[in-house]
Parts: sequence; structure tokens; C-alpha cells
Amino acid sequence: MSSFSVTEPSNRTKWFAGTLVILYAVITMIPLVWIALTGFKSPSDAIAYPPKYVIGSDSEAGFKPTLEGYVNLFTTRTRQTQEFLDANPPENWADEIVRQYDMVIVGPSKFGERFLNSVIIGFGSTFLSVFLGTLAAYAFSRFKIPLADDLLFFILSTRMMPPIAVAIPIFLMYRQLGLSDTHLGMILLYTGVNISLAVWLLKSFIDGIPTEYEEAALIDGYTRFQAFYKVVLPQAATGIASTAIFCLIFAWNEYAFAVLLTTANAQTAPPFIPTIIGVGGLDWPAIAAGVTIFLLPVMIFTILLRKHLLRGITFGAVRK
Amino acid sequence: MAQIVIKNVKKQFGDFTAVRQSSFTIEDGEFFMLLGPSGCGKTTTLRMIAGLELPTSGEIYLDGEEISQRPPSERDIAFVFQMFALYPHMNVRKNISYPLVSQGMSRDAVRSKVAEVSKILGIEDILDRPVGGLSGGDRQRVALGRAIVREPKAFMMDEPLGALDAEFREHMAEELRALHDRMGATTVYVTHDQLEAMQMGDKIVVMNNAVVEQFGTPQEIYDKPATMFVADFIGSPSMNFLKFHGKLGTGASALPMHGVDFDVPQTREPFEGDMAFGVRPEHVSLSGDAKFRAEVVATEYLGTTQIVTLNTAGGDVKARISSEQPARTGETVGLEFNPETITLFDRQSGRALKSELNEGVLHG
Repeated sequence: MSSFSVTEPSNRTKWFAGTLVILYAVITMIPLVWIALTGFKSPSDAIAYPPKYVIGSDSEAGFKPTLEGYVNLFTTRTRQTQEFLDANPPENWADEIVRQYDMVIVGPSKFGERFLNSVIIGFGSTFLSVFLGTLAAYAFSRFKIPLADDLLFFILSTRMMPPIAVAIPIFLMYRQLGLSDTHLGMILLYTGVNISLAVWLLKSFIDGIPTEYEEAALIDGYTRFQAFYKVVLPQAATGIASTAIFCLIFAWNEYAFAVLLTTANAQTAPPFIPTIIGVGGLDWPAIAAGVTIFLLPVMIFTILLRKHLLRGITFGAVRK
Repeated sequence: MAQIVIKNVKKQFGDFTAVRQSSFTIEDGEFFMLLGPSGCGKTTTLRMIAGLELPTSGEIYLDGEEISQRPPSERDIAFVFQMFALYPHMNVRKNISYPLVSQGMSRDAVRSKVAEVSKILGIEDILDRPVGGLSGGDRQRVALGRAIVREPKAFMMDEPLGALDAEFREHMAEELRALHDRMGATTVYVTHDQLEAMQMGDKIVVMNNAVVEQFGTPQEIYDKPATMFVADFIGSPSMNFLKFHGKLGTGASALPMHGVDFDVPQTREPFEGDMAFGVRPEHVSLSGDAKFRAEVVATEYLGTTQIVTLNTAGGDVKARISSEQPARTGETVGLEFNPETITLFDRQSGRALKSELNEGVLHG
């Protein structure tokens, strides 16, 4: 036994903690891995019992990976007569996959469009929330604003009930304003929900940046806005990144308002994915493929900003 | 290079008065110390000169120009912050060149200017390092570099040595003073450390409770304090105050205290009431047969000198005497005071009474 230390955990503690973390990570990952695997199964493999989970193996638990789910996700298909199929040989690999069910691809599905809507609305509202939130947080943090505390409380009060509680007024209001089923409408709505989070989070981050930096810039001959832009913003990057992740996750995953307010034009991916279920029985591989693709942007965004997020979780309590 | 005149400047934050009607003049090229305990308004005063705070009323002249309501960028003043405030996302070179970039100086000119300044400060080899890993002293030098690089009219320094450890502080203080002597730029320096102020300043303003108590050269402030606060704040150990009740006419040069007559500098105003007899520890001497008796309470050995604490009829007195001279605890001795150095105070208001000694120094 080596010397005892108060701050440095012992090897046994480290080993124990490491095992716990890995175990937790594995448990959390199982559903995700299962969804990703299902995306590459054929419909019969997807519902096989006992379940199949080994890629490419011939064993009992093995399945042959196929892109069927992805093809079904992105296309619309019709069943055709044998004569038609014989007269028109398959045009490409995707066509070939659907031929085994006597079908042909007649066009793209709505998924691409819905996914794009999600990207526009998710990132658009995230940008707007963080942009407005940063400006507001800076003002609250640095200037003497009359009734600042009351205003901050007022901003926070929008979070004191579930947003869906005001769904009906918003539905009626949006119809009146012509914002129903528009990208702008959804961006404004998600921004409205996220802005209080953004202001509060960013305020604590900006509070943590000493005012001396801006004062030094002011003395060095810069205007207040230049000082904000060139000195404060780079240092608030951590806070901005983590706020952006939180805002994006909310806007990206939001389901209730999307179902209620969007239909043909601005529908996002979350309300679309369940509609795949209705098309010719339960097409689990296609649903799983849709979910997998839907998860990717948030995952990539989070991984890109990961180092900021880890620090950001302390909510500005620790800087440097 | 510039003269700075502060005229009736006042600063209020809501109901709180940070600086009350202050006036003083900083001459061109002076190393000027703003000294006082924390919360006395010295930093606020400095920030008003720099433009980081705007005075509630009063005027500030820089080179004869009234600037009190102008933004800092139009004042041509550099500021060195206590925590240095180096831009953490830039390296040393960028930090130093930042003020020049704002002036739209050409790249080559910036480069040569930065090279020149870094040579003066001896930081040429760290120019491309990020500021994060620098030692306190190097950060200090970079902060100075950023201040001197654009040759401003004046420098403001807010306890720039406060964040350094004691050993290094002394070294940096010398370096700063040498830099000032070399550049001859008007410098306003805020500190709560009276030793630092005495050591480095050409002139000192002592502030307390939002009020300027006195301003003058370090010698004037030490030898001829205008108030009991100044007398107490400056010097270590601080000035002794012997409390007594007495009466004094104009032109008196002796006064009775606790039954003993003492010579004092000729008075210039009459006074009657509670007074304090102010004498610096080094002007107190122990002699066996003097009439004013005191008991030795404690001695502190300091090498060449010792500080002897004595109990008298007027309260405790500290004397700085040679270590050679014997002083034993419990012993009763006589005390003598160097009469030319005595300052009498009105204990009610704390102000010094005018005398031959301080009449040229007291104002208002």
C-alpha cells in the first residue's frame, strides 16, 4: 500500500468508478445500438424471435444486413404486375431491393423534406435564441437596467408551466396570424420557449467574465460594441456552445407543437416518423432508419461542441 | 505627457457617495499615488480619470482640456488593471499590439513598435506565448507593454503590484519606477500600501471615506500630516497620539500636558478642548530623568532599532530607539519628544492645528 492521499483517489476507487461509468454507458447505449441495428435488418429479421443481433453471421442470432429500411424510408413504392416487372428491369440497386416484394420505386418519400424542415427550424431557432439571448444576457449582466430583477423573473416565468399548456391559444393565434405550418412560425415558437433558458444560462456565463477585459478594450480605443464582439464573445464561447446545445436538443426533439401546428409545409421529422408505421403494416427497419438519421445531427453537433459542453454543465460556476 | 487637474469631482452610486468633492492637481511627468484604505474612493477616482466611470459632478482636465464626460477611447489614457486583464484568447504579441490595431496602424509599424516595447520590458522571448501560462511578473510586464505601446498622455495603474507575491513585488516596484523615470509620463497609481506609496511616489493623495485628506510629497505627508487619519495611516508603527485636554493661544510655543510642559512648534491658531499630541516613534526618546514618566510595557527587537511600547498618562506610546539602549519591561522611564516634529490635533474633528511646522502644507 502506497502513501495515503486525500485528493488522489485510490486505485480501487478508480477501478470501481470506471466500471460504474462504463456499465452506465453500456446500458444507455443499448437502445441506440438496437435502433441502429434494426435499421439494417429486413422486416422479418426485425421482428424475429429469438432476436437477431449479430451482423452477417449464419448462426441463430445472425442476420444479413440490408439497406431495405433506408430505401423504404426515402422512397414511395407501388406493387406491380409480373408483366410490368419483366418488361422493366431494375434501374439501380435500390430498385433491385424493392423488386423482391414485386414493387417499384415511384418517387422520393417526404422524409427528406421533413428532415430538412427539422434542420431549418431546429438550427434557425437555436441561432435566434442564442443570438438574442447573448445580447440580452450581456445587457442584464453589464448595464443598470431599471427593474432588471423583475424582468429576469418575468423572462423565467415563461418556463413555469409546460409550454403545451398554452397550445390552444397559440394554435388559434397562429391561425389568425398566418403562422400555422410555416417555418417562421415554428422558429419563433421554439425561440420563445428557449429564450428564457438562453438568457439565464448566458447571463451566468457573462457574469463570470471579469469586466476588466472590456474595460481594457475600451481604454485601448475600442467602442463598447467592439469590446463586446472581440473580447467578451470569444470568452463566452463555452457558455454559448452549451446553451446552443440545450436549445437545439429541445427544438429538434419537440413533438407536441409540431404535431399541432405543422402539416403539409413545415412538418418536422418527429411527427413524420410515426406516420411510417401506417404505411403497409409496421415497417420497423424504416422507422429505425429514420430515427438513426434523425439522431445524427444532434450527435454531431454535440460531439463538435463537446469540450465546451463539459465545462458548460457547471453553468458558469467555474471559469478558466 | 500631460497635467491632470481634478476639480470638485464627486461620484455617487445611487445613495452611496464614493467620492466627495475632491480636488487636486497632478503635474506633468509626476508619479502620483492615490493612497487609502479599501473603499475610500481611490479606485473610483482613478476610473473617473480614465473614463470608466463618469463623475456625477465636477471637472477633469487633461492637458487643459475638459474630459470628464468623454468615453475612455477619446481620452488617450492607458490603464493597468490589478488583475492585469490580458485578453486571454490572444498571445502576448496580440495583446500588446491590440491598442495599436484599434488606431489603424499599419502592420509593419505595429510590429516594430511591439518589438521596441518588448525590448524595453525584456519580454522579447515570450512574444508568441499564450498569456495563460505566464508568471505573475511576465503578465505584469505584458500589461505594462500594452499600456506603454501607444504612448498615451497618462498612465492609470490600479494596484498593479497587488497580485504579485511579496518578494517579487519589490523588484517590480523598482522596475516600474525605473520605467517611469525613463519615459517621464504622468502616472497615477492606486495603492493601499503606504510603504509602496512612500517608496515610489513623487506625490501622494491620501483618501479616506470618499474624501481627500491630504495631498503632497511623501515627506510632507509623513512629517506634516493634515489629519489624524493621515498620521495614523502613514508610517509603521504609526504616529503616537497622546490624549489630553488643553488650551492654546496663537503664537504659543509650549504647552502643558498631564502636568508637564512641552515645547511645540509655534502655534498659528487658538484652540481649547480635547487635543492629541502627535509624535512619530522615532522622535520619542527615553531618558532616566525626564519629567514625563512612562512604564515600559513591551519591546520588539528589529535589528538596529527596537520598538518600545510605553504606558503613559496620555495613553500608550511607541518609541523607536537604538537596540543598544536598554529597555526592560516593567521599568519606569522618562520620555522626551523632539519638539520640532510635534503636530497637535483637534480630537473632535481629527484635523491638525496650524503651527509653524505645517502652515505651508495645510490647505482649506
